[in-house]
Amino acid sequence: MSLLFKNIIRFLLIMFIQIFMLNKIPPLHQFIVPSFYFVFILWLPFKIGRTALLFIGFATGMVVDMFFKTPGLHAAACVLIAFARPSLINLLLPKEATDWGNEEPTKKTMGSLPYTTYLIILTLLHHFYLILLEWMQFGSFLYFISKLVATSLVSLLLILIADLFFNRKSRLR
Amino acid sequence: MRNVFLFLKRYSVLIIFLVLQGLALSMLFSYNRFHQTTYGIFSNEVAGSLNKRVNKVESFFTLSEQNQALRKQNAALLSYLPSGSVSPDTSFLVVSDTIAVDSLKSYRQYQYFDAKIISNSVFLQQNYIVLHRGSVQGIVSNMAVVGTDGLIGTVISVSENMAIVMSLLHRQSKVIAVLKKGSGLGEVTWDGKDPRFLVLSKVPKTIVVKKGDTVVSSPYSDKFPPGIPIGYVEKIDQDQETNTYKLKIRTAVDFYAVQHAYIVKNLLQEEIDQLKSTAIKE
Repeated sequence: MSLLFKNIIRFLLIMFIQIFMLNKIPPLHQFIVPSFYFVFILWLPFKIGRTALLFIGFATGMVVDMFFKTPGLHAAACVLIAFARPSLINLLLPKEATDWGNEEPTKKTMGSLPYTTYLIILTLLHHFYLILLEWMQFGSFLYFISKLVATSLVSLLLILIADLFFNRKSRLR
Repeated sequence: MRNVFLFLKRYSVLIIFLVLQGLALSMLFSYNRFHQTTYGIFSNEVAGSLNKRVNKVESFFTLSEQNQALRKQNAALLSYLPSGSVSPDTSFLVVSDTIAVDSLKSYRQYQYFDAKIISNSVFLQQNYIVLHRGSVQGIVSNMAVVGTDGLIGTVISVSENMAIVMSLLHRQSKVIAVLKKGSGLGEVTWDGKDPRFLVLSKVPKTIVVKKGDTVVSSPYSDKFPPGIPIGYVEKIDQDQETNTYKLKIRTAVDFYAVQHAYIVKNLLQEEIDQLKSTAIKE
C-alpha cells in the first residue's frame, strides 16, 4: 500500500470516527468533548515538508469545522500543532527528522519516552489553543483550566487506544 | 529587492503559518456575525448531505420514542376535532363551519412546515441543528423552530435544501419567555453547562414561582408563536444583585433524542418588519 493511499484511508477513518461516533456519544461530563482527530497530523510520516504539513493541518481542521459549524476554530489549532511538530521532533530525536524517510512517529521508531512526550505536548498545545479561543468568547478561568485538563486526559486515552487498534508497524526496521 | 526575497525564503514557513492562522481566526470571529458566508453555504450542503446518510441509520435507534411522541401529539390534535366534542346541551350546538370563521375575521398567523433533523449536537458551547428544508421549500432565516414537545430554536442560515438552526443550547441564544400561569416576563438563555437545563432570568421577585411551573414562549415575540412550552422550573435561585429570580428550567424538548421539527412561518412577519422599519425611520 502506498504511503499516500494509506494516509488517505486513515484520514477518512479518523474523520468518520470523530464526526459520526465521538461527536454522537452522550457527553461524559458537561464539558468533555472526546476528540482525537488531530492524531492524523501527529502520525504523518517524518519526511513530510513543513509547508505541506501546514496546509494538511489547515485542511484537516477545516473538515472538522465543517461539521462542528465553527469555521476556523479547529483549523487554527491544527495549523498550530502542524507548525510546532517538526521543531518538537528535532528536539526529541537525535537525528534530523528528514533522515527518517517514510517512517512515522510510533513507539518503536521514536522510543517510548520521546513518543509519549511528543503526544502529551502536542495534545496539550492543541487543546490549550482550542479552549483558549473558546474561552475568549465566554467562560471563566477555572472553566478554562479544568476543561483543558479533563479534555486532554480523555484525548490522550483515546490516542493510546487508537495506537493499539491501528497497529502501525514500522516497516523499515 | 534581493533581501526581500531572501527574507521571504528564510521565513516562508513562519509566514505561511501566520497567514493560515489569520485566515482561520478571521473566519472564526466573523462567523457569528455574518452567517451567510460562502463557506457556510457550501459546507452546509456538503456536510448536510453526508449527515443525511448517517442520520438514516441513526434514526432507527430512536424510532420507538419518536413514534410515541408523534402518537401523543396526534392524540392531542384529534381531541381538538369537532367530532370529538359533545355539546352539553341540546339548545347549544357546536358549528364548525368555514363561514363562522370568516364572519369572526380570524385568519391564520402561523404556518407550520414539517422538517427532518439531520444533524444535531448538545455538548458544544454553540449547538446547531441542521434541518432538511431550505430556501427552495420557502424557508428563510429568523423563522422559529418547534418540536413535538416544545421550542427548539431559530433558523439562522439557509441554503437550497438545508437550514441551520441555532438551538436553545447556544451561548448566544436569547428567547423572551413567560410563566404559563400568567405574568413573569423573562429571558431564557443557556449557561453552557448542562444540555438538560436552561436559565430563565430577569423574572421580578414580586411573582410567586413554584417548582414545576411551565415556562412558555411569550405573546410579545413576533417570531415564536405564543404558548409554546420551553421548559419546567427545576430550581429557584434568588439573584442577590438585582431584584429578579434566576430560574433553572428543564428543557421541554429532549435535545438528546429530537428527530423531527416544525418550522414556523409568521405570515404577518413582512407586515411587522415593514411597520418597524418605518417607525424607526421616523
